[in-house]
Amino acid sequence: MRSNVADFTLIAPPTLNATLEILACDSSLYTPIAGGTELMVALSANRLAQKNFLSIKHLTELRFIDATPDAITIGSGTTFTDIRRHAVIATDLPLLNQAASWTGSIANQNRGTLGGNIVNASPAADSPPALLAYDATVTLVSATGTRTIPYRDFHLGYKKTVLRPDELLYSIKIKRNFGGYITYTRKVGTRNAQAISKVALACLALLDNGVVRDIRIGAASLHETPIRCTATEQSILNQPSTPSTIAAARAALATEVRPIDDIRSTAKYRAAVAASLLEEFLRTLSG
Amino acid sequence: MPEPGPIVGTSPIRKEGLAKVTGRAQYVDDITLPGMWYGATVRSTIARGCITSIAYDPAIDWSQFTIVTAADIPGENTIIHLTKDHPCLASENINHPAEPILLLAHPDKNVLHAAVEAVHVTYEDFPGVFTIEDSETGAAGDTSKVVWDHRGHGGSPNTFKTFLMQKGDDPLADSALQAAFQSADFIVEGEYRTGAQEHLYIENNGVIAEAFRAPNGSLDSITVSGSMQCPYYLVHALELVFNLPAEKCRVIQTETGGAFGGKEDFPSVIGSHAALLAMKSGHPVKICYDRAEDLIATTKRHPSRTRHRTAVSRDGKLLAGEIEVAIDGGAYATLSAVVLSRATIHAPGPYHWPHLTVRAKAMATNIAPHGAFRGFGAPQSLFALERHMDKIAKAVGLTPEELRRRNFLATGDHTATGQHLTDPVDMQGLLTRALHESNYHAKRAEFDRTNLTSTIKRGIGFAAFMHGSGFTGSGERRLNSLVKIKITPEGRPCILVSSTEFGQGTNTILSQVCAQTLRIPYDEVLVAQPDTAIVPNSGPTVASRTAMIVGKLVERASESVLATLGLPPHSAPLLSSRSAAEGSASPLDEPSNYTADQFRTTADQFRTTAVAYLAAHGSLTAEARYEAPNNIFWDDDQYKGDAYPTYAWAVYVAEVTVDTLTYIAEVKNFHALQDVGKVIHPILAKGQIEGGVAQGIGYALYEKCVYVDGLMRNNQMTNYIMPTSADLPPIHVHFEETPSIHGPQGAKGIGELPMDGPAPAILNAIEHATGIAFTEIPLLPEDIFERMSCTPVGSNEVGGTEDFKPAIDHDTRVEANA
Repeated sequence: MRSNVADFTLIAPPTLNATLEILACDSSLYTPIAGGTELMVALSANRLAQKNFLSIKHLTELRFIDATPDAITIGSGTTFTDIRRHAVIATDLPLLNQAASWTGSIANQNRGTLGGNIVNASPAADSPPALLAYDATVTLVSATGTRTIPYRDFHLGYKKTVLRPDELLYSIKIKRNFGGYITYTRKVGTRNAQAISKVALACLALLDNGVVRDIRIGAASLHETPIRCTATEQSILNQPSTPSTIAAARAALATEVRPIDDIRSTAKYRAAVAASLLEEFLRTLSG
Repeated sequence: MPEPGPIVGTSPIRKEGLAKVTGRAQYVDDITLPGMWYGATVRSTIARGCITSIAYDPAIDWSQFTIVTAADIPGENTIIHLTKDHPCLASENINHPAEPILLLAHPDKNVLHAAVEAVHVTYEDFPGVFTIEDSETGAAGDTSKVVWDHRGHGGSPNTFKTFLMQKGDDPLADSALQAAFQSADFIVEGEYRTGAQEHLYIENNGVIAEAFRAPNGSLDSITVSGSMQCPYYLVHALELVFNLPAEKCRVIQTETGGAFGGKEDFPSVIGSHAALLAMKSGHPVKICYDRAEDLIATTKRHPSRTRHRTAVSRDGKLLAGEIEVAIDGGAYATLSAVVLSRATIHAPGPYHWPHLTVRAKAMATNIAPHGAFRGFGAPQSLFALERHMDKIAKAVGLTPEELRRRNFLATGDHTATGQHLTDPVDMQGLLTRALHESNYHAKRAEFDRTNLTSTIKRGIGFAAFMHGSGFTGSGERRLNSLVKIKITPEGRPCILVSSTEFGQGTNTILSQVCAQTLRIPYDEVLVAQPDTAIVPNSGPTVASRTAMIVGKLVERASESVLATLGLPPHSAPLLSSRSAAEGSASPLDEPSNYTADQFRTTADQFRTTAVAYLAAHGSLTAEARYEAPNNIFWDDDQYKGDAYPTYAWAVYVAEVTVDTLTYIAEVKNFHALQDVGKVIHPILAKGQIEGGVAQGIGYALYEKCVYVDGLMRNNQMTNYIMPTSADLPPIHVHFEETPSIHGPQGAKGIGELPMDGPAPAILNAIEHATGIAFTEIPLLPEDIFERMSCTPVGSNEVGGTEDFKPAIDHDTRVEANA
């Protein structure tokens, strides 16, 4: 522990409303903290710039999974363990269930929250590719009101999001209309568990007589934010998954990813493996 | 009295096991002394240069702190290992990143980090040397690249130590070797490299020091308690730093959470530092590193480069070999010479070489000193050899198996140092059994067939090797180890040794040997905490020597207790060669010469006799000192003779997959077969092998120290990637037991052995899977990708993990203001 914990403050307002009131008064003062699985790593390394924290970990208003016939709504304070244990998510949203199982260690999954994973805005985070593929919407809440936007519009740039300092991410909603879809997801990390991804894809496709009628591809660690690979999707849409489609899709993918060399891997490895995973997915559509 | 515990060959619970699993065991960071302060270290931020100024930020109230610089050292400013080149605190020159310059102590540990940051050191910066090749340039005469001044330390510029090991006594050995090359059908050359590796003991390095003053105020004595392997090494270091006699430097080992060699030499550094702060502050001082500091500042395994040039006949006989071993020792000599020695002697492997020359050198770089790590040089040179043997097999057109069978050493042969192998050696039998247990031939054929169509390529490969038990050469003679057994007032034996328990089972196996010899239950035996005020010097806990050397001394001291008490000597069970069932404690493993009732009788009889003896004579302490067998001889100058009392022999088989979509290689199955003399404790022995194999898998495929200008930049467990249980295969452990006369009940050392075989076995399997002959570890997916997709074989273009940018980490906030 290289930080002096006496240099930090933590407050824990009793309710969501009280929390939003504090953020409304002086949002620049506090950084919300839920599971802390990201912030504590920085604290330990003495690289945590923020000094004042507002705990939202205990807010039961944020920790729920609400499944209706049409949609599943997940509170931002829901842990990965909560997600892994939910029967409807396991059957209806396998990509999200799988992503939750890949996140950190069991201890991380017990503390870490879906909302934290999103607002931390790491391009390598495990759940965003699935949420992008499912076309999730996110609801943001503040003392002055709420707004709901497509998750795909949430990330603006590297660690930049549309979330205002006085806002909290309240919930994530996914429609339950993926019954006939073929799913594919694969994470390539530094090892098989407790790993940060070098590349990850989460994909959905709907086939009609061998022709791809709908396709969604979410990706991690290939850009400065989690991305939907829309150009790649367009190259596949309304095509049968043939070798020429696959070749076109690989080419399209290369135009829209911006991988980098970093501490975990290299740009060229990431680009090559992303294309391999895409091809592996598309081959499952060839029947 | 409880039912007598099982003894040698069975698996009683560990002596300290209950305290560990119930959380009662006290590790150094659990211990607080009255009035204790905390210490921290100000370290260099450059790799090489001179200190030009040190300034203290006025924002801090420095009067609250104790500050120690090199000027405060009462004795010599040195950390002694083999020579005195290594300063305790840098006073002028900086030779590696994170080199200790100054020490701080304060009653509140939370304020220390900010204080460390508030000491501003300026430097004159010199270009650093970070590779063996750069260091060689300096050694060859480029004075701008000479980073180690050899004067007064032996060696030569940038070169800590060299060895020349030549087979045969003939003064014409060299020309005979050259003649063998001239007449060879094949000459096979290869170069092999291994990387640095971190020990990743669970408990970081940590100590608490106390300084005591005489009535006149002068320094009287020092006591250091902490996590360590070798209490007497630290005693020796403190003697020099404080200019005190050995009896005034007391060292106590506290419960130690793993070591693997990482707490062999380094405690001399952190122990001296804490003691200096204790001396100046007048308070006990604790220093416990966090993981990030432990990773940048403490020792790693020596990186290596080994070159082979081998003359081979058409029928696959090794005719002659030239081997060059170079290891990167880091900034100071520390233990590099002895690591190099083990690398040199293990370089020829378990093979017969008619002519052989090994030239070895340990080079200096501006990286934190590399140090002891399980295997101690042998994993490096055996990796090279066992990869090279597969290369030779390919060149000659034999299978890897057949090539080795035509060259194995056997009973009665002479090793490259001229050691006559009088103990039975059966590498042929070991190879046959290992290949049978792993179903090698069937799998090789199956993978050859399925790889034609599968995107996941499978492969199986093996390595044959040995590891010398005990200190190299005349080392055991010089150590002159002493073991004592003291009888307590209750009539129980207490083992007094400086041999330490750090997870590997020292306390347990020594107690088994004592109990077996005294014919009393295992639970009756006590083991004293290693405290140099109480225990004799039984030598350092290193070099796979504890079971064999110290175990034998415990056996002899126990016999001496029996003799003093007038009890009949132990009749050892007939030593015989047989195979032990995998990790099990079968009824056959029970000592067969006593029944449980007889054990109870002898336990009561022992206590009664011992108490009566104490009543009559006051005390009873038996001792045993190492006596070198008179048929063991070693010549340090010629590098010839009996390099080790005996060897453990092994064949390891690895099964891998390489996914051609992700370039990830994984080990899917592993068989480890070894002849270890006698398995003292089947569960612990199996655990040692499994743990060593896991560490070897990490060494081969995962663990890469990423350096920038000599500083390890991935110094967190989130980015120094060790394998987890999800990355490890089933590890099948098999033993053969051919007893050695040197160890108790025939036992040999096994601690380091399992580190030697996995890496070459895995890369041999990867070559089988992919057809690509990789020559360097760690081998990460990016490296495999480079070779499978882009870079032509033999190209000098670097790529793969060379392109990692360790300062960039977009996932964590850690890089945000780095």
